[in-house]
Amino acid sequence: MSKEMSKDMQKGFPEDNNKRKKPGLKSIDMITVKRLMSYLKKHKLKLILVILCIALSALASAGSSLFLGKLIDDYISPLLLMSVPDYSELIRAIVFMAVIYMAGVVSGLLYNRLMAVVSQSVLKEIRDEMFEHMQTLPIRYFDTHTHGDVMSHYTNDTDTLRQMISQSVPQVIASVVTIISVLIMMLVLSIPLTVFVVIAVFLILQVTGKVTGKSGSYFIRQQEAIGNLNGYIEEMINGQKVVKVFCHEEKAKEGFDKKNEELCINATAANKYANILGPITNNMGYVLYVLIAIVGGALGIYKVTNISLTGVGTVTLGTIASFLQLSRNFMQPLGQVSQQLSSVVMAMAGASRIFELIDEEPEADEGYVTLVNVEKVNGELRETEKRTRLWAWKYPKKDGTVTYTELKGQVVLDNVDFGYTPEKIVLHDIDIYAEPGQKVAFVGATGAGKTTITNLINRFYDIADGKIRYDGININKIKKSDLRRSLGVVLQDVNLFTGTVMDNIRYGRLDATDEECVKAAKLANADSFIRMLPEGYNTILKGDGSGLSQGQRQLISIARAAVADPPVMILDEATSSIDTRTEAIVQKGMDALMEGRTVFVIAHRLSTVKNSDVIMVLEQGSIIERGSHDRLIEKKGKYYQLYTGAFELE
Amino acid sequence: MGKMLKRLGASVREYKAPSILAPVFVILEVVMEVVIPLLMAKMIDNGINKGNMKYIVFLGIGLLVSAIASLLFGVMAGNKAAEASAGFAKNLRKDMYYNVQNYSFSNIDKFSTASIVTRLTTDVTNIQNAYQMIIRMAVRAPIMLIVCLCVSFSINAKLALIFAGVIPVLAIGLTFISTKVHPVFKRVFKTYDKLNNVVQENLHGIRVVKSFVREDYEIKKFEDISQNIYKDFSWAEKILAFNMPIMQTCMYTCMLLISWIGARLIVAGGNASGAGLTTGELVSFIQYSMMILMSLMMLSMIFVMVILSRASAERIVEILDEKSDIKNLQNPVYDVKDGRITFENVSFAYRSDADKLCLDNINIDIASGETVGIIGGTGASKTTFVNLIPRLYDVTKGAVKVGGLNVREYDIEALREQVSVVLQKNELFSGTIFENLRWGNENATDEECIAMAKLAQADDFIQKFPDKYNTYIEQGGTNVSGGQKQRICIARALLKKPRILILDDSTSAVDTKTDALIRKAFKEEIPDTTKLIIAQRISSVQDADKIIVMDDGRISAVGKHEELLLNSSIYREVYESQVKGGDDNE
Repeated sequence: MSKEMSKDMQKGFPEDNNKRKKPGLKSIDMITVKRLMSYLKKHKLKLILVILCIALSALASAGSSLFLGKLIDDYISPLLLMSVPDYSELIRAIVFMAVIYMAGVVSGLLYNRLMAVVSQSVLKEIRDEMFEHMQTLPIRYFDTHTHGDVMSHYTNDTDTLRQMISQSVPQVIASVVTIISVLIMMLVLSIPLTVFVVIAVFLILQVTGKVTGKSGSYFIRQQEAIGNLNGYIEEMINGQKVVKVFCHEEKAKEGFDKKNEELCINATAANKYANILGPITNNMGYVLYVLIAIVGGALGIYKVTNISLTGVGTVTLGTIASFLQLSRNFMQPLGQVSQQLSSVVMAMAGASRIFELIDEEPEADEGYVTLVNVEKVNGELRETEKRTRLWAWKYPKKDGTVTYTELKGQVVLDNVDFGYTPEKIVLHDIDIYAEPGQKVAFVGATGAGKTTITNLINRFYDIADGKIRYDGININKIKKSDLRRSLGVVLQDVNLFTGTVMDNIRYGRLDATDEECVKAAKLANADSFIRMLPEGYNTILKGDGSGLSQGQRQLISIARAAVADPPVMILDEATSSIDTRTEAIVQKGMDALMEGRTVFVIAHRLSTVKNSDVIMVLEQGSIIERGSHDRLIEKKGKYYQLYTGAFELE
Repeated sequence: MGKMLKRLGASVREYKAPSILAPVFVILEVVMEVVIPLLMAKMIDNGINKGNMKYIVFLGIGLLVSAIASLLFGVMAGNKAAEASAGFAKNLRKDMYYNVQNYSFSNIDKFSTASIVTRLTTDVTNIQNAYQMIIRMAVRAPIMLIVCLCVSFSINAKLALIFAGVIPVLAIGLTFISTKVHPVFKRVFKTYDKLNNVVQENLHGIRVVKSFVREDYEIKKFEDISQNIYKDFSWAEKILAFNMPIMQTCMYTCMLLISWIGARLIVAGGNASGAGLTTGELVSFIQYSMMILMSLMMLSMIFVMVILSRASAERIVEILDEKSDIKNLQNPVYDVKDGRITFENVSFAYRSDADKLCLDNINIDIASGETVGIIGGTGASKTTFVNLIPRLYDVTKGAVKVGGLNVREYDIEALREQVSVVLQKNELFSGTIFENLRWGNENATDEECIAMAKLAQADDFIQKFPDKYNTYIEQGGTNVSGGQKQRICIARALLKKPRILILDDSTSAVDTKTDALIRKAFKEEIPDTTKLIIAQRISSVQDADKIIVMDDGRISAVGKHEELLLNSSIYREVYESQVKGGDDNE
């Protein structure tokens, strides 16, 4: 096991390294940023208000330090010189400050609350768009992506985005406001010293940028490691019962430990770099402080000419003292910004993964023929809203007229070839004529291509060559959703959804009444066991109906298809886990329901397909025999051998 | 709350050293943080203001040295904190995952996969962040707070009383926010579970969604839940938004009060030291009060973090606290004598409050080496019946015995080594066929694996794969057919060389011929193993030593094929439905 695994890991690593070639700040590509901005743009007004409020609250705190700096000299010292202290000046200043503080507090509250709404609604929009888009993706996408991977777009990647939008963005805005206001104040004091500070800060930023890049690249690796661990946990927990039965717990732990350790290493590294950013900027700030003191001190002592926004003069010692204070106020927000950067890098990586999903090519659908309910009036088809159990293909012509073709259920496959990849064709030259009302069965070894054929009829996959016609219409011209609505499908692997039994049956037709659902359940012979469940039809099914047996789940899925009452039905090993006695009852019910309609049946048990009108025997992607049961028995070919047990079906 | 912390704290283990070192370095860093501003003040007062260049350079060097020391402490603190928090998270995940591995079937039934996954990832990450924040700030903030409070009281107790008034207001405000917000966050996380569940179900059931054209329905379902998250989350964040303003209000109020009262005190005392307050003292008082408020601010940040992570912590503890109800006895038996199975008055229900028993008073004795077929309608509790034998569930009443001993007396692992079940809903894992087979016995040689695969009639098709036994199985075994998957699963179970082999409808996708070959191989190759075969096909059981007919949780008949044809109407009906097949329509 380990040999194989290490081989696999070797295979995996070089690729990963390529992906990580340009980590850190540079991995924030502008396209991702722009796309994120486009989501934020929808909240333009709110965001402008947020920026204003942040500015206001930053200014309030800046005002606070100004006020406290002047408190002694401008207000208290004069009081000491008066024989009768007149507090009115001080009171006025305090009231003034109180007003500014109030404004600061209120705007602080306002922007925090606004930001809560903005960030959450952006997240909701992204989440919804992701899911909406996922629904449009072709089956192929789901074949080629692991569930854990896709899941982590909804959990981890969205989470990093949330942190960035709700924490980093306001933090960065506030810092920028402070930095700008401090910069202006510095310019007022001295332009040369400001230039000196700006150059020094630029150099400091080079250092912090490096560290941020490091930390960012580790954070991205951390996210990858989480995704990896996610996938492993998903697979193991899904198969937890098998793990138990095989006492495989220790092994399952071993695999987990490996991935967990990798995550821990990357998380430690990422956080280490992120954590030292603060001390680095802080202490670089101290160094800068010393440098300013020396340079400024020299300027002051040797009376060098000073240029400032207010004019030209000499550097006074007071100027340098205030400048030093300001340099600290300048560094502080810079430190805060640099600390946010790694989370921004991480969020951008998450965002680009999310956008990757959103950018996946959706299932192409160029169909324009739609399926409508019709009624016959004087021998003519007329479209209606009612459920008439009579359907027609609505065919809009170029000249604007519309023709209706009655849905009969004739399905013709003409010379069809198909392969999941172009290099490997799995179906060759398939010809099938399913006449309306016929029951067509596919028999053959697993892997012979039975399910694949049905997947072509409902266009889960598109054929490589040949034609499929449905009532004479090329299925490519039929809108996919209408094509699929016309085909009821029951699959061997039953998937139920969290919700009541009734909800699950109603999944077949959302406007079905309770009575119709119960009727369908009775037809599927599911009614009796459903009534035995603790809450009957209102029993909540969880975890893919894990409380039910496989056979019971199949019965529910048959009821689900029955309630849809489709014109054509595909039963793919639909009764494989149902006992034969029950199956016979179910079959009778289905036959009654599908009377006069086309049914495709795939089954292993020959007893299931015996009464079909046509049986197709498939072998390695080709039809080798076709005919009714009696005819095929007479023929004494493969089917005969199968039926008499003289030949193995695999 | 305390219990919860203790529960989580148990996962710190080998990361105790960095967890303690981090705060120690933080304290040193704090010391430097206090020293450096002092040096700076001196530099301004004695150096710049007096134009003393030498002094500036001298103190400058001192400052540089301090800065380097501070940098060092900061880096160390950061490193240790990262180490401690990432390590703690690792241990937490490990403890959770290990505990999940201990779960019994009934524990597993309780949690959805999606919920376990989010708890192991998102929730743990929340805790990790909170932990890091706490060890970096939890020491710094209180120490700063206490030191500064002491100093400010020593400067002027009257003035310092302002803090005594403000801090309780702050505490009450924050507590109020917490009580309001916590339940909402709890709800948000539950809703997240739901959201993830929908995504997961859609990933699994995408074919169903697409064939029923239910994309829009699923989108609506998703968006409703998404909307709930939006509503709850933004509401909670809106309340949390009060945190900052409350802080600021207190801070600003303090500042104004200090300015006003300080001014009065200075004027009243004539700015003489000893008489009241001097301007110099007021300046330093203001500085200390700034530090006090900063540390309060930090505390409130920690506080928000804790609120945010409390819901996560609870969800983690739920996983940790879930105890398997199936445990070994004090001195378990490791040796399973033979493959005899006895059910004595066994009744079973999945939930203790269920009003209907799944198994109702089952009595049966199966001799070692016997082949027993089990037939019964869908939902007759056949699976439940066999799941009791390897003690996947404990009986509600009565006793299940294997090898003459109650299954509760065995070591669970030893029992399950000897009782091999091929589950109805079986899973293969991503890995090669060899790797999957070796689940049964990790030390099995290639030859043993191939021998068992031959027994299970799986060798033929495996040999046809280009990579043979090294063929890579995708997650969930999606790249092999149902029948192939079943046979690999059987081979896997056979590799255990069990005394009892249970096949729970494990050949349903295998054709009759192969099915017969498998049974023939069983008879010839493992005659001493007791074989229980649940099947739908009569042909699968008809040559068994004993056939159990189950109906609605009870044994309705036991006997050989011929006897049952005579005595059991259920059996006869099943038989007829299969022999006649679709004939009744013709």
